[in-house]
Parts: sequence; structure tokens; C-alpha cells
Amino acid sequence: MSQELSPLPAPAAPQAHTWARVWPLLVLLVLWQVVALQAHSRTLPTPLAVLDVLFKEVASGDLPMHLGKTLMRVLISFCLAMVIGVGLGMLMGRSKRWDRLLDSFLILGLNIPALVTTILCYIWFGLSETAAIVAVVINKIPMVAINLREGARAVDASLMEVAQVYRLPQGERFWKVYLPQLYPYLFSSARNGLALIWKIVLVVELLGRSDGVGFQIGSFFHFFDISSILAYSLAFSAVIFLLEAVLMRPLENRLNRWRV
Amino acid sequence: MKRALSIAIESKRFANGHCAIGKLAFTAQAGEFVAIVGPSGAGKSTLLKIISGLDTDFVGSVPAPDSQRLGFMFQEPRLMPWLTVQQNLQLVDKSAHGARLQRALAQVGLGDCADLFPGQLSGGMQRRVALLRAFMVEPQLLLMDEPFQSLDAPNAEQLRTHLLDLWQATKPTVLFVTHNLSEALSLADRVLFLTPGPSRIALELPVDLPRPRGQHSAAVQALRNDLLTRYPDLLKGSAAPAE
Repeated sequence: MSQELSPLPAPAAPQAHTWARVWPLLVLLVLWQVVALQAHSRTLPTPLAVLDVLFKEVASGDLPMHLGKTLMRVLISFCLAMVIGVGLGMLMGRSKRWDRLLDSFLILGLNIPALVTTILCYIWFGLSETAAIVAVVINKIPMVAINLREGARAVDASLMEVAQVYRLPQGERFWKVYLPQLYPYLFSSARNGLALIWKIVLVVELLGRSDGVGFQIGSFFHFFDISSILAYSLAFSAVIFLLEAVLMRPLENRLNRWRV
Repeated sequence: MKRALSIAIESKRFANGHCAIGKLAFTAQAGEFVAIVGPSGAGKSTLLKIISGLDTDFVGSVPAPDSQRLGFMFQEPRLMPWLTVQQNLQLVDKSAHGARLQRALAQVGLGDCADLFPGQLSGGMQRRVALLRAFMVEPQLLLMDEPFQSLDAPNAEQLRTHLLDLWQATKPTVLFVTHNLSEALSLADRVLFLTPGPSRIALELPVDLPRPRGQHSAAVQALRNDLLTRYPDLLKGSAAPAE
């Protein structure tokens, strides 16, 4: 722990941060436009052509509908996977017995391809929404659990002793002493989780749903419609950027205020 | 309600077979300041863990930890780094806000630190918060485990002053573990010297010098020198008289 009196660092202007994040993307866009114009191929549309498709798809209402379906599936599976994974991770980080009992399943779960769980879920539970969600959740839980187990193992026993000596009620012990030690692990799980779950959801939709971004991309693939494929991916990336900017980063900054 | 503290440990053995504490029994009057001095490995920290209920694997009897309000100051400040000073105090005492909080902080010279995080405080200031936290619960028994050990001399002296002020205001029974003889003599009503593990009491010494008595005051130093002349190996845990 720092022994000096350290002043709070002056926060950099937020605009400067935003600009630093945006300009590499702009460079990419320009490069893409140049290369696509040069190549002049159906397989690489220009960004402007993609944007054009994007606007049309948004205007027709197709893209918002499918994107909405996909986001709903992502959200539900994300929440389920986080809650169950965090619970398992805490349990395994805390108790050696549970750790030994569940460890093999964790390794098994980490290594089963998403494709296999998805197909098995569809075969066993039918081509249903539930089967789709279950397939995604099963894919994600082991990663959350492993990450949180690391966190739970690293919990500082000396702070837990303080909680015990001062007879803190269970709720306070959990929320104010135990859980804050797991925040970094929770955040890394949530970040990876969102990215990974969206990828799995698309596979699940491709294989057995009749709506959602994955289903749409499957259809575009049949027609070799690259512009639409890119338009749908871009739309989802935009949503992720938004989530990161308005939810994840502000929340993380708030919870990390004390790290000065 | 204030009452005497009575400790009677038969033995404390660790899982590896090492016996840290032997037959160790003593009492402390309500409001008495007892210092416990012993060499490293004399089971001093273990003793406090047993009394506080953190360690229940021993033979003997101590008062049920739930039977009294307990304050504990550890070797390290052990503040929650993600809570502000105020939140750290509120963790143990819901009423730590407003005038009560300000008064408490002012007592230890931390008047404008309520909203700072521990990482923004110096080591000495963190320990003042830890000291305050121990007193916020209005303890009947206060356990202190070499709390000022890693501080420089002026900071340690200041914290000892704060400790005595707070102690005299509310008079909890204090068990103060240290290996610093001058510190023990300058603070305590009575000093218990422990033998190396398995520890027993080697010597019990009432100190009736008037307070305040600084650690480097002539009276304390004279007492210290006298003790060490009579019992040269006292700090190694032996009360064998000089030959």
C-alpha cells in the first residue's frame, strides 16, 4: 500500500480520449474505401455501399427487428451465464471440495466446441428459444467460473478477518468487503462475455432460428450478399461500442475511483 | 457494562504440531491497560486471535467474543481500500456521520480526510483511521497487535498520544501486544512478559509511573534500564535474575 500522500491525478479532457479512440477507426474506413475502389470486386463492397445498405435495412425495419431479437438473446444468455458462472466461481474459489468436484466439468465445458453444444441442444430440446439460450449459456459459464475462481482465491483473508472481528452482518461482509475484491474479475468476465456470447448467439441463430442477425447472415450468405453481411456486423459493433461507452466504462471508472 | 477479563488457555497447537501457547492465564481489570511483551514466536498474535474469536482451535477458556464489544487494531491498518475514510468508519459504526464523525476525526487530526480513500493517506494517517475505527464501536475490550511497529518515531509517538487520549475518554480494557519494551512501559498499567513458545508468563510487572510518560522520558528509561539489569534476558522471554 502506498505510504505517501498522493494527490488525485487531474483527469484528461474526455474529448481528447474520444478522439484518440475514433481516429484509428476513421483511418481504417478510408483504407477500406481506397482498397475497395481499387479492387472493384463484388466480394469487397466499399464502406459507402455498406452504409447505403445499412440505411435501407434500418428504414425497412428489418435490421432493427433482427438486431433486437439477437440483442435480447445476448442479454438473457449474458445475465444467466454471469449469475451462474459467478456463483460457481465463488463457490470453487472458496471451497476446495467443490473445486475438486467441479473442476473436470469446467475443463470439459471449456473445450467442447460451441457448435457441438448447440447441435446437441437443438437435437435434445428441439429447435426452440430455450434450446438456443441454453446452448449459449453452457458455452459461456465455464469461462466466467474460471475467471471468478481466480478472483475468489485471491480474496484477502486479512480484510475478511476485519469483517469478522467487527461482527459485520453477512450483507455488509459480502457487498463491502468481499465483492469489491472481485470487481476486476467481474469486469473482465463481462467484457469477454459480451464479445463471446454475441459470436455464439450468431452460430445458434444460423443453425436453428428463423430470426436474428445470425439467421439473416445465413440468408445473405446464400445470395452472396456481402454488403448486407457487413452492414449487419457493423450495426452490432455500433451497439457494443455504445454499451462500452455509456455503461461499462463509466461503471468501471466509478468502481475504480479509489485506485489513485 | 464493564467487567474484568479472564483468560485461561491450556494450550494452542497448530496443525503442524508446533505448540505456540502453553499454560497461559491472566486477568485484566475493567478499563485496565495491559501490555504483553515477548520475543518473536511467543504466540502474541495468536493469543489476540484466540481472544477475538478469529482462532477457535485451542484448549482453554476465554470469554465468548460475542459477550462484549470488541475493537481490534492489527499490525497493518487493514482499511478497505475501495471505501473512503468515512465509509470505512461507517462499516463498523452506522452512526459515523455528521457532527459525531467530524468530532471523531478531529480527535486524531484527520478533520478534512473524511472523503479521501486510504490510498491517498500516508501510513501514519491510515493507522489513525484504523485506531479510530477500533474506538468507533465503543469497545469494552480493545486488542492491539503491534499496531505502531512499522511507523517512524514521531508518527508512532503521536499515535500513542492519540491512543491514550481515546482510552482515557472511554476506558476500555486494552491488551496491547508489542516487542518494544519502552513502548510497553510508557503506555501500560501492567506489563506481562511472555516466554518463547509454548508461551507462559515469565514476569508480571505493574507500572505506576504517572501519565503522560513519553517513551523516552527519564522515568520510563530508568525503569527499563533497571529491569534489564535485574533480568538481562527479559526480552528473550526469560525472567532469570542476573548472576
